[in-house]
Amino acid sequence: MDNLLEVKNMHVSFDTYGGEVQAVRGVNFSVKKGETLAIVGESGSGKSVTTKALMKLIPMPPGRIKEGEILFEGRDLAKLSEKEMQKIRGKDISMIFQDPMTSLNPTMKVGNQIMEGLIKHQKMNKAQAKKRVMELLELVGIPDAESRIKQYPHQFSGGMRQRVVVAIALACNPKLLIADEPTTALDVTIQAQIIELMKDIQKKTDSATIFITHDLGVVANVADRVAVMYAGKIVEIGTVDDIFYNPKHPYTWGLLGSMPSLDSEDAELYAIPGSPPDLLNPPKGDAFAPRNEFAMQIDKEQDPPLFKVSDTHYAATWLLHEHAPDIDPPEAIKKRVAGMATSSNSEKGDRL
Amino acid sequence: MARYITQRLVYLVITMFLIATFTFFLMKFLPGTPLSAADRLSEEQQAIVLAKYGLDDPVPVQYFNYMVNLVQGDLGISFQFDNREVTTIILDRIGPSLQIGFQAMIVGTILGMLLGLVSAIYHNGFLDYGSTFTAVLGQSIPSFVFAGILQYFVGVKLGWFPVALWGTWEHTVMPTISLAIFPLAIAARFMRTEMLEVMGSDYITTARAKGVNKFGVVFKHGVRNALIPLVTVLGPLAIGLMTGTLVIENIFAVPGIGEQFVKSINTNDFPIIMGTTLFFAFFFILIVLVIDLLYGVIDPRIRLAEGE
Repeated sequence: MDNLLEVKNMHVSFDTYGGEVQAVRGVNFSVKKGETLAIVGESGSGKSVTTKALMKLIPMPPGRIKEGEILFEGRDLAKLSEKEMQKIRGKDISMIFQDPMTSLNPTMKVGNQIMEGLIKHQKMNKAQAKKRVMELLELVGIPDAESRIKQYPHQFSGGMRQRVVVAIALACNPKLLIADEPTTALDVTIQAQIIELMKDIQKKTDSATIFITHDLGVVANVADRVAVMYAGKIVEIGTVDDIFYNPKHPYTWGLLGSMPSLDSEDAELYAIPGSPPDLLNPPKGDAFAPRNEFAMQIDKEQDPPLFKVSDTHYAATWLLHEHAPDIDPPEAIKKRVAGMATSSNSEKGDRL
Repeated sequence: MARYITQRLVYLVITMFLIATFTFFLMKFLPGTPLSAADRLSEEQQAIVLAKYGLDDPVPVQYFNYMVNLVQGDLGISFQFDNREVTTIILDRIGPSLQIGFQAMIVGTILGMLLGLVSAIYHNGFLDYGSTFTAVLGQSIPSFVFAGILQYFVGVKLGWFPVALWGTWEHTVMPTISLAIFPLAIAARFMRTEMLEVMGSDYITTARAKGVNKFGVVFKHGVRNALIPLVTVLGPLAIGLMTGTLVIENIFAVPGIGEQFVKSINTNDFPIIMGTTLFFAFFFILIVLVIDLLYGVIDPRIRLAEGE
């Protein structure tokens, strides 16, 4: 299958008074048609900036795509003008935002907000657009569409608003859907509903999805492949199974280990020590080294390349170098990974 | 909605009553008498004149009589202007004041909003600095200084517009500009700040992510949201304009009500003081009401539920 999107060595920087903040430092990944790629990582790891840069939605200036290519169906988006991007945004690539409380225009009727893209990209007239809006609202599970489209966002609950945001993103049947932490601002029961809705929609529309989250539970549920980001780089990328059952990067170990689970017997939850580096002055060598209990001398001197684990699985850690000592993940994390395997298997079993 | 407006109108009547009461008693504390030549009249003559106007009654009785007349729509007769009715005097004089006030309000806020909008769109550019400078200037220079500058350069040196007096539309130009400069500055500064904030908000990113072009983002999504806080300052601005006219009318010798108001206080012309005060108060309250209604038009979140 052809790659719908291919990002090659993308660097994104923000010029601030303090200097250049290197938010994204050479990211490579691809998304195939109909595939869901999850990007995970802690706050400030560059997840959102990466995807906003794909659509050129970062404020420019101060932001800029310093280097690299963003090939979407073979066209390099990095080179397109703002006018050309406007034709792609909302039509070929669209985005679902994090906070439904702030991402809808409070003074515009919901119907008009959904219609806007249809009228612009598909040259529909009002009546056609309205018909499509009704279909979309039904698709995202908003009942009583006829009266709902005349209402304003404040007349919707949080979950309902996020459904509207999803409807806006889906309006023109985009080829690529970017969901930037679509459930973070919602409470847990609503989160589950929105996730189910998105999975359902993906089945129906077959659009590719990039799903940004810091919730690994969500990742296991929705993604085909996972990219783990740290300090503006992808440190490990692979299929869901690769990442959850055979993680190679110490940072991924840490992430998995710090995920609470109901059946864990340990009273204490694992935490990754320290805090992420300042990207105004990225450290020399591996950015994760200061927080990494397995760091070696070379980690402090040279940034590790992506080592191949399997055809689908790559990780950027010197531990995978042929001369590196064989290191097993810490016991606690091994136990956690094993526990995850059984619990997610039983989950799958329940669903069958 | 109708119920809301009725309710507000009832409040208006109550407020007017309170203002009338306070003003009446305050006025009685003014030093001096309404008699312009008290020293040349004998005590008997003074007593006759005061009795004629009912000013020899005890103050509470005078108050009661005044209120009874007021309810019937009778504002009384001026002491100094050839015994003309206060209502007629106000109606004669209100035209120029209203004209200048409204023109200044409309010119000031619309130009100010445009200026602020340009500032926000070209944030930190040459146009932004230019319009911010204009706004700061407009806010810090008092209107009467500005009026003087206009009179000298535009009126005397260039001779484009008449320096003073009233008659054709040309006469209204300079008073309007002098009065408009303050609301213009305030509107520009508010619009700039609000617009910058709005353009940084999430729903603007959503709009951009839909592929909406820059013009659509600014005018369809931005402006309406930026207007909400601006409406808040419109009320105080409108009221500021009404007091501003007092000075401006004097400088440009405009035969407006402001001039009348000042004169009436200096001469203890009680019925005119009462009349103009009540008139101003009525106008203030009306403006506040209009602005409250305007909120609902712009912001659906404060719109009153139907049938409430």
